[in-house]
Amino acid sequence: MIDIIKEILSQPFMVRALIVGVLLAICSSFLGVSLILKRYSMIGDGLSHVGFGSLAIATAMNWAPISVSIPVVVISAFFLLRISENSKIKGDAAIAMISVVSLAGGVMIISISTGINTDVCNYMFGSILGMTKSDLHLTIILSIAIMVAYILLYNRIFAVTLDETFTKATGNRASLYNSTIAIMTAIIIVLGMRMMGAMLVSSLIVMPSLTAMRVCKSFKTVIINAVVISVSCVLIGIFISYTMATPTGASIVICNFAMFIFYHIISRLRLIKK
Amino acid sequence: MNELINGKNIAISYDGKKILSGVNFTLNKGEVLCIIGENGSGKTSLVKSILGMKKLSEGAFTGISDISRIGYLAQKDEIQKDFPAKVKEVVLSGRLNDLGYRPFYRKKDKEIALENIKKLGIEAIMNKSFNEISGGQRQRVLIARALCATGEILILDEPEASLDPVVTKSLFSLIKEIKNDNNIGIVIVSHNLNTSLDIADKVLHLKAFGEDEHFFGNLIDYKDSPLAKGFMGGEI
Ligand SMILES: Nc1ncnc2c1ncn2[C@@H]1O[C@H](COP(=O)(O)OP(=O)(O)OP(=O)(O)O)[C@@H](O)[C@H]1O
Ligand SMILES: [Mg+2]
Repeated sequence: MIDIIKEILSQPFMVRALIVGVLLAICSSFLGVSLILKRYSMIGDGLSHVGFGSLAIATAMNWAPISVSIPVVVISAFFLLRISENSKIKGDAAIAMISVVSLAGGVMIISISTGINTDVCNYMFGSILGMTKSDLHLTIILSIAIMVAYILLYNRIFAVTLDETFTKATGNRASLYNSTIAIMTAIIIVLGMRMMGAMLVSSLIVMPSLTAMRVCKSFKTVIINAVVISVSCVLIGIFISYTMATPTGASIVICNFAMFIFYHIISRLRLIKK
Repeated sequence: MNELINGKNIAISYDGKKILSGVNFTLNKGEVLCIIGENGSGKTSLVKSILGMKKLSEGAFTGISDISRIGYLAQKDEIQKDFPAKVKEVVLSGRLNDLGYRPFYRKKDKEIALENIKKLGIEAIMNKSFNEISGGQRQRVLIARALCATGEILILDEPEASLDPVVTKSLFSLIKEIKNDNNIGIVIVSHNLNTSLDIADKVLHLKAFGEDEHFFGNLIDYKDSPLAKGFMGGEI
């Protein structure tokens, strides 16, 4: 075990994967609670599909995948937010349609240009291999920016997550804060897409917070617990992915699910004790 | 200037259908305005239009000097049932509109939140989770939050909902106290006429669109009006 860890740490691409993984785990846990409680989980999922579509186009055209995807996904985030604000039920259906169309479009483009191969599998379910140096730098800069922004906006994000109507009624710029949440989500999704895969990246945002909410009672403790859960799942997931050659995203999702079951049992036991 | 809100010839409609028209009223500093009327007469809609959450189809408000300092209790809150937050976090979030460009709450904000928690008698539950308190306790928490957000205007839409008689009574005497020492204007929507008219200075009695005229005026004049006699069945 220790030997394997040493081996992992001696390889630059693995170190890159670990740094990116941990940073993304922290950022995504910050946003998870808001996304779940504002019923924006669908938006996260929709964005990851849009991200896949733009990734496919960028690859086919030989453009830098991440630099192209970030603006595309951020703009889509605004768009999806508007759709879901206007009508909750029809909004969900519209987002679902945008998701499948982006996915189908992406798959079509990939089939025509390079053909369906392991690369595509990596895009969809995640890989630790793909992380380049420039990906690493971009991820470090953007995720630190997101963390700082989140901490500075914490009280505002809390208020708009708790009660948007009250926040707006008492004279705060609720829709600005909503947009900020959407932009941060979009950036995390694009950055996480390489490692987690387009199909699975939204789970990085949603699952740890959902798990933490089983046990924790205050907003802050949910976030702190989600960070701890997410970072450990990412580390364990990367380890599994390395030793068993499984897709990274899938491995991390399975760890998260195990954690969810564990927390669920704890919350049940607590109920019984009471 | 003493005038906080001046509504002139207000009309509101949903999907092109008028539900309210020709409403005129004013709210001055140090006054309690009580809005009454039957279910569906448009009280909540009017309050939302004051807050800018519902567009007017006719008329205008003037004099709302600083929109950012209105405290508000909604008739129906939209807070998720299992929201993970402590009671004191919820109350403190009412201070947001006084934050300006600062990122964090100051000590003063926390003191004000605590003060309002005490005023509403919820110190005992302030460290509890918001999703494990009773309906009446929840209402009191939200009133405390509204007080935290109040600068010059406080708007309460049916504050007595789900409160027991004792708490209702103490709430209304609290409102009276607030009015006296802060020199702010208060709008209360209420069906509990005995208690609310007790503290009202002005009354706005709404009639649904197409029915009689609305009444707006001083409490004493209202009590003599035929509208009052019809509405209260000669109770006073
Ligand atoms: N979102 C909406 N869409 C369409 N019509 C609405 C909407 N909200 C309210 N209405 C209509 O407007 C009218 C006034 O509603 P409002 O909620 O303002 O009444 P209210 O006086 O507050 O009643 P209550 O005493 O029951 O709280 C009602 O006829 C209602 O059907
Ligand atoms: Mg109402």
